[in-house]
Amino acid sequence: MLSAIVNRRVGLMVFGFAAAFVLWYASVKWLPFPAFRRLPDPVGVLQEWLSRDPAYGISVFTADYYVHILYSTYRATTAFALAVVLGVPLGIMMGWKTTVREYSDALLTLLRPIPPLAWVPLAILLFPGTEPAVIFVVFLVAFYATTLNTWVGVRAIDVAYFRAALCLGARPVDVLRDVIIPGAMPSIFTGLQIAMGAAWFSLVAGEMIAARYGLGYVIWEAYNLIQYPTIVIGMVTLGFVGYVCSALIRVAGDRLMRWHQKNIGAVRG
Amino acid sequence: MRSVASAPATAVNGAVTIDAVGKVYGETVVALEDCSLEIAAGEFLALVGPSGCGKSTLLNILAGFDHPTRGTVTLDGAPLASADRAAHPGPDRIVVFQEGALFPWKTVLDNVTYGLKVQRQTAPEEARARALDMLARCGGLDRVAHQFPGQISSGMQRRVELVRALINDPKMLLLDEPFRAMDTVSKGRMHQHLLDIHAQFPKTVFFITHDLEEAILLADTVAVMTTRPGRIRSRVAVDLPRPRHARMIASERFVALKEQLIAAVHEEALKAFERGERELA
Amino acid sequence: MAAKGRTQNAVARLFAHWRGAVAIVAFVLVWQILGTMSSTFGGKIPTPTQVTQTFFASFVDDPRYWRNWAASFERVLWGFGFAQLFGIPLGIALGLSRTTEEIVFPVFEVLRPIPPLAWVPVSILFWPTHEASIIFITFIGAFFVIVINVFDGIRHIPERYFWLATSLGATPWRIFLRIVLPAVIPSVAVGMTLGIAITWDVLVAAEMIAGDLGLGRLTWEGYVSNTPEIVIVGMISIGIAGYLSARIVDYIEARLMPWAQHDPKFRGRR
Repeated sequence: MLSAIVNRRVGLMVFGFAAAFVLWYASVKWLPFPAFRRLPDPVGVLQEWLSRDPAYGISVFTADYYVHILYSTYRATTAFALAVVLGVPLGIMMGWKTTVREYSDALLTLLRPIPPLAWVPLAILLFPGTEPAVIFVVFLVAFYATTLNTWVGVRAIDVAYFRAALCLGARPVDVLRDVIIPGAMPSIFTGLQIAMGAAWFSLVAGEMIAARYGLGYVIWEAYNLIQYPTIVIGMVTLGFVGYVCSALIRVAGDRLMRWHQKNIGAVRG
Repeated sequence: MRSVASAPATAVNGAVTIDAVGKVYGETVVALEDCSLEIAAGEFLALVGPSGCGKSTLLNILAGFDHPTRGTVTLDGAPLASADRAAHPGPDRIVVFQEGALFPWKTVLDNVTYGLKVQRQTAPEEARARALDMLARCGGLDRVAHQFPGQISSGMQRRVELVRALINDPKMLLLDEPFRAMDTVSKGRMHQHLLDIHAQFPKTVFFITHDLEEAILLADTVAVMTTRPGRIRSRVAVDLPRPRHARMIASERFVALKEQLIAAVHEEALKAFERGERELA
Repeated sequence: MAAKGRTQNAVARLFAHWRGAVAIVAFVLVWQILGTMSSTFGGKIPTPTQVTQTFFASFVDDPRYWRNWAASFERVLWGFGFAQLFGIPLGIALGLSRTTEEIVFPVFEVLRPIPPLAWVPVSILFWPTHEASIIFITFIGAFFVIVINVFDGIRHIPERYFWLATSLGATPWRIFLRIVLPAVIPSVAVGMTLGIAITWDVLVAAEMIAGDLGLGRLTWEGYVSNTPEIVIVGMISIGIAGYLSARIVDYIEARLMPWAQHDPKFRGRR
């Protein structure tokens, strides 16, 4: 019974991908619209991607491919790590102590509507070089997401847990370690996943605008040099790497929060 | 962390005096007014009254989550709360909450030993041994010592929470409608468990509830609070013999006590209702 | 009488938030100091006063500036609008039909992590006009968000509602109207709120990369001409525009769900 269901799911999924593939191929090759003709076709992309000697220099067999991936990953993870190191403590303090929140809330709300990518030109003008500028912008995005979600997570902790801990004789450091951090953990990890996604998203923009290596750069260069299949290679790789990074965070979170998995019903809320 | 001034002069342990306590929120909301109550050491006192009359406010003041705007509270002769004294919760009076506040991210055992751990006066091995012992004595709960609260039933959770409180040897236990969210059968079992635990570890207990039968069954004294602003309007001594059991509910004396309480509470509820109507109109 | 009380309340709250005001003032002061200091080192950071001066001198009266506003807003409207138009039905279809979900969702999930801006070259290649290609990018940004939220919202409708309706004799169409649609509204609201922020973000970048008019373009021109004042004016304009859009979406949300103002349960799902 179960295997039949699983087979059906897998079957339909394969069908979905196959259909998308065929649609893509058909629309590029056979539709009488010039717009579609200009797009790279899936077969061409695959050939290029898997070829030992790609026409445009990027395939699974070239070192350059991995160099670009590395650059992008390095930027994303550096900015992300910085955002976590600064954002989580700030979020915790904002959620815990009203005074901290009052100081930071107004400032953050004021700066928030400015899209992170709008900072790119300024960052480039002000920072000594493009690398720090790009990392800075990515950091901003990840920082916001992390701080906000951490803050919300701390606020959402039921006040009864705080009270219980105090009744039992907990001091502030105990409350931090035993109530705030575990209580906000689920929210923090959600925030981290969002931050990671947002980091990749702005990284690409930064790279397209101003960098010399990286997947965003690959995409933009390929477009400028009329190397269309490479565009798609870059896009798909981006999606994949970004997904893997988010998944890693999710797995890390699951391991740290075994108790969350094991609870059959919420103890409270 | 405040330390409760231990009062060697008095032999009692856990005697509470609430003296003309008042609590006003903002400028206008008077939750408590001229509320006075004496609780003897080791007495099990149940507080009943209409919704919103201020029972939880009083509990919060006793627990140290809030402070009165007027009046004083003393514990064994030492001042506990007053208008000019910031509230400080502590392990001399521990609360068991309505919907349970076991830390879901700690195992049962870690929950129970938590108080001892943060008070830093007991070695971890000794704390663990004591915890397992108490858990065993409260209905064989040592079986689930290494599970998470989300994995055990709510009745067990409540019992574990009681153990978590009692292991710290508090002077007073504060229970804020702890069984409110439970179904009748579980509730009945919990009553029996609580009576057993109280017999093993007698403490002063301050128990808030809506359920009059529960109050009479469990308590030595039942106090009735008026509608807002809350005052203690009457005390009824429950002279049923201990150990109590559920069958007593049908006894004559029980029924008489219940009728007495119903009359008192009903009158207050009616006043609250009428005032509510007037405020809306 | 009531109005006077409300004003008094507002003033009181303003005063209560003095810490926030302090933080903002401190921020501006630090900025001013850094800016003045930097000019002795090579003149990079414009001060708040310089920015304000530039704004009032060259932008407030320049119709081109306001045309940039209009251009950006128009694109946001189109991209966001199309995203809702296509995204909501797709989300509903995914939520209601297992088969559709099993076929379409995997492909959707593979496409979703691709940052919208990575679509820029493909978009430029494909669409005949510049405008269309930019609008397409903003569409991508909001589209995935709304689909996910609507899909999630439908999946969380308790099955009992369907059973109840069927046992009462409702036709599929009525079930759709009376149960599915109302359940979708909170999710749409959340999707829109998230979507509008993403839309602006994406739009600004798309304009920087490939636009000819618009607030993002304006910021980019400031960069290219090495005039940071213009860059900052651009950034602040974008910030204000984004804020206004968010307020508009909030207003729509309040009209769609008047009951949600008072019941936190209806805040919808992330």
